[in-house]
Amino acid sequence: MELPLKIVKEVEEYIKNNKIDKKRAEKIWERVREAYSNAVYDPEEPIGVVTAQSLSEPATQMTMRTYHFAGTAGIQVTLGLPRLIEIFDAKKEPETPSMTIYLKKDYQTKEKAMRIAEDIKEIKLKDLVISTTIDLINMTITCKLDMNKLRRYNIKPEELAKKIKLKNLEITTKEDRLIAVSTKEDVINLHKLKFRMLESHIKGVKGVTHVILSKNEKGEWVITTLGSNLKKVFDIEGVDATRTYTNNIFEVYEVLGIEAARNVIIREAMKTIEEQGLGVDVRYVSLLADLMTVTGKIRGIGRYGIAGNKDSVLARAAFEETKKHIINASVKGAKDPLKGPIENIILNQVIPLGTGAFKLVGRIGKKGK
Amino acid sequence: MRCDVYINGMYVGVTDKPEELVAEIRRRRRYNMIPSEVNIAYFKEFNEIRINTDAGRARRPLIIVENGKPRLTEEMIRNLKEGKITWDYLLKHNVIEYLDAEEEENAYIALSPEEVTKEHTHLELNPMSILGISASITPYPEYNRGDRVNYGAKMVGQAIGAPVFNFLIRTDTKFNILAYPQLPLIYTKTDNVLKNHPYGQNIVVAVMPYEGYNMNDAVVINKASIERGLFRSFYFRTYETVRKRYWGGQEDIIGIPEPGIQGYRGEQAYIHLDEDGIVNPETDVGSDTVLIGKTSPLRFLSAGDFTADIENKRESSLCVKYGEKGIVDKVIITETPDGEMLFKVRVRDERNCEVGDKFATRHGQKGIAALIVPQEDMPFTKDGIVPDIVFNPHGIPSRMTVGQLLEIIAGKYGALVGKRIDASAFSGTKEEVIRNGLIELGFRDDGREVLYDGKTGKAYEATIFIGVNYYMKLDHMVADKIHVRSKGPVTLLTHQPTEGRSKRGGLRMGEMEQQCLVGHGAALTLRERFSSDDTTIPVCSNCGLIAIHDNINNKSYCPVCKDSKIVKIRTSYAFKLILDELKSSIVYPKLVVKEL
Repeated sequence: MELPLKIVKEVEEYIKNNKIDKKRAEKIWERVREAYSNAVYDPEEPIGVVTAQSLSEPATQMTMRTYHFAGTAGIQVTLGLPRLIEIFDAKKEPETPSMTIYLKKDYQTKEKAMRIAEDIKEIKLKDLVISTTIDLINMTITCKLDMNKLRRYNIKPEELAKKIKLKNLEITTKEDRLIAVSTKEDVINLHKLKFRMLESHIKGVKGVTHVILSKNEKGEWVITTLGSNLKKVFDIEGVDATRTYTNNIFEVYEVLGIEAARNVIIREAMKTIEEQGLGVDVRYVSLLADLMTVTGKIRGIGRYGIAGNKDSVLARAAFEETKKHIINASVKGAKDPLKGPIENIILNQVIPLGTGAFKLVGRIGKKGK
Repeated sequence: MRCDVYINGMYVGVTDKPEELVAEIRRRRRYNMIPSEVNIAYFKEFNEIRINTDAGRARRPLIIVENGKPRLTEEMIRNLKEGKITWDYLLKHNVIEYLDAEEEENAYIALSPEEVTKEHTHLELNPMSILGISASITPYPEYNRGDRVNYGAKMVGQAIGAPVFNFLIRTDTKFNILAYPQLPLIYTKTDNVLKNHPYGQNIVVAVMPYEGYNMNDAVVINKASIERGLFRSFYFRTYETVRKRYWGGQEDIIGIPEPGIQGYRGEQAYIHLDEDGIVNPETDVGSDTVLIGKTSPLRFLSAGDFTADIENKRESSLCVKYGEKGIVDKVIITETPDGEMLFKVRVRDERNCEVGDKFATRHGQKGIAALIVPQEDMPFTKDGIVPDIVFNPHGIPSRMTVGQLLEIIAGKYGALVGKRIDASAFSGTKEEVIRNGLIELGFRDDGREVLYDGKTGKAYEATIFIGVNYYMKLDHMVADKIHVRSKGPVTLLTHQPTEGRSKRGGLRMGEMEQQCLVGHGAALTLRERFSSDDTTIPVCSNCGLIAIHDNINNKSYCPVCKDSKIVKIRTSYAFKLILDELKSSIVYPKLVVKEL
């Protein structure tokens, strides 16, 4: 049996470092090979079922008790079973998207880190406004600006006026006031325009609502955010793009590709399980992550994901939405080759797994013996 | 503000002065101007007055307090004791009144005479009366954790005792009675009311492990005690059948069924029956034994077939239920109100205490008998006292049933001095009295004694807590629950085994159990386990539909393709069923068969 490259390298290094002679080295290799072959799954062993059981047992534990980190400073992130479901169901947007942003070596001072953090945090017009009034006769919206905040973020009112790009709205500034005049005479829309105006993006990274700057165990400045936008963050100077991380699987898939997404699935799932004080072997999680990403796209487990894409009509009908699958199958004239375990259990035949994977057929009464 | 008034839940009108109305009605009730059964409650938060006069409300008596003084005087108590006045006198003279649940919401009830203030409206007769009937049965409940008293109260209701004494003439469908019931040695005031209906036995309990046989709440029982009748009970079951008359002048026939009729059970099944087709009393009967032989006409007579001969009869005898046995106790032949003959057969079963029966104390400490030990192997004291039950001490710390420990030493003291001991809630015999009494009798005050191992004769290193405890046998006996099946009945629709003990059913191998076998890769075991509805069906190799098998000519053919090749396939009946259902939903499930 061929050993994986990683193990080969490790053993080679060990032999080299400890100056072991050839005879003993050969013995070590033998033992390593033996240990490895013992750990390998047997052919036709249903690892999928074992994986499902290994993951769902701790999951049932989690429904009963989920540890909460009450009172700790930081961002409230979903954890426990809800997060696990989120990961395996491949939800497009996690309930609490969050980034961990690492900085390059040259930016490891509090001031520089603070600057970057401020650059990242999204600022909307409503964050800079004290009060807003609507003048229906002149069709104008007047915003009173918080000059202290403007000074802090180093924004001039004139710049602000240029940043807001909305149709049918002409914006001028007058001292600490922002005056927007609607070019369209539509009273109802004016109200909507006001909200659209207040929501408009001024500065920072879109979607990042909160930013926390803290030092990690290594004494490095790290920015944790609520809200995620990898692509924009990568563009910011000083951000170490090789280590910066988000818990949004789909975003990683779009920005960095499917391999990275697979790793995020494994990392996030393992983190959630370990946080709850439960132990699951990485191999189970990585098998599941492989299954979710083999097609090059992220598929969730469930009706619209993996379970709904099984080949067998009977297996799909036995799972969920029986009628839908049977009707579709009858319209298409689908064929079920009866290759999977579920179909064969329905038909009460030996499943093609484990001891049933092999067949011995004797020909009796044929010519030539 | 107008206030709605409801009588027995029905809206009757409004009032501007709710408080005055309520006070007036209460005054009139107290002075017997209106019946004492009327209860009135004013709910400020809903601005509603609810008057209840209907039957079926739970009401309880309380002493009326007026101006901070209870109406019950010392003189009245003295007169009551001497028998000069009665309870009715107190009711009539406005000393005690009954409140229902709703009026209780308006009352401010003091627990003891000392704490009565001006605001109080009522005083408890006894603080114990805050408990219900079953909860107040627990001795020393104030020493227990609340939930344990609750569990105890629940289990008192399941105890086999002596609820009625006319059971020999009653025909309950199911009835249990304890053979040698005893009044509790440690009693509460409620037990004085229930004095004719004991619900358990006073037994000697040693609190110690017994070779691990009493782990996890199990109990070890002395065999000699059982042989002396400990927890022996009788189980009665009454079977009923009616000789019915049917349309067209037909009727059931009571008698030994004739061979050849539909559903005939064979000659052996009817050997217990007398000539008239009814069992004699004191006959031993077991599962499915016929008690009354009966033949009925067929349910559906086909057109033109009106001959009432043997072939048109069906066996419908009354049988002992599956899993039950006993001795025929009584046979009653009477009439129904419709004038039809009614037969009742009561079967009695003597049930000795056996491994698997459930027992409990009144403190919510339940356990299953796990081992029955010969008396010579049981531990004993220097006086030769051998416990009836060995109870595991691990059941105590986590459940904190201190009341049970007190009951055990109080029981020990009571048994030694020959006295029943009051252990009512909040007013039971004091702990010091019991402890001092035990010391006076030459025992340790903590109830512990040196015990000797029955097998080796050596004294145990530790002293063992031993005393008398009131134990109940609960209505969960193995005899009612034991169940096995190898092969047996199947359901008509799916050809799968039936479910449930009464139908001789199997135990379901569910979806998760199935996944376990898959996970082990045990393909052949899996197939075998799920082959309970295995069938062989003929399939046409041409059209892929189920073909017909002609048993007379022993030939299979396809009614669609005629001369096609027929293949026999082995699958589950459930699969055949789904094929049929698909066909009935106009989906064509074609089976493509090929030879291996």
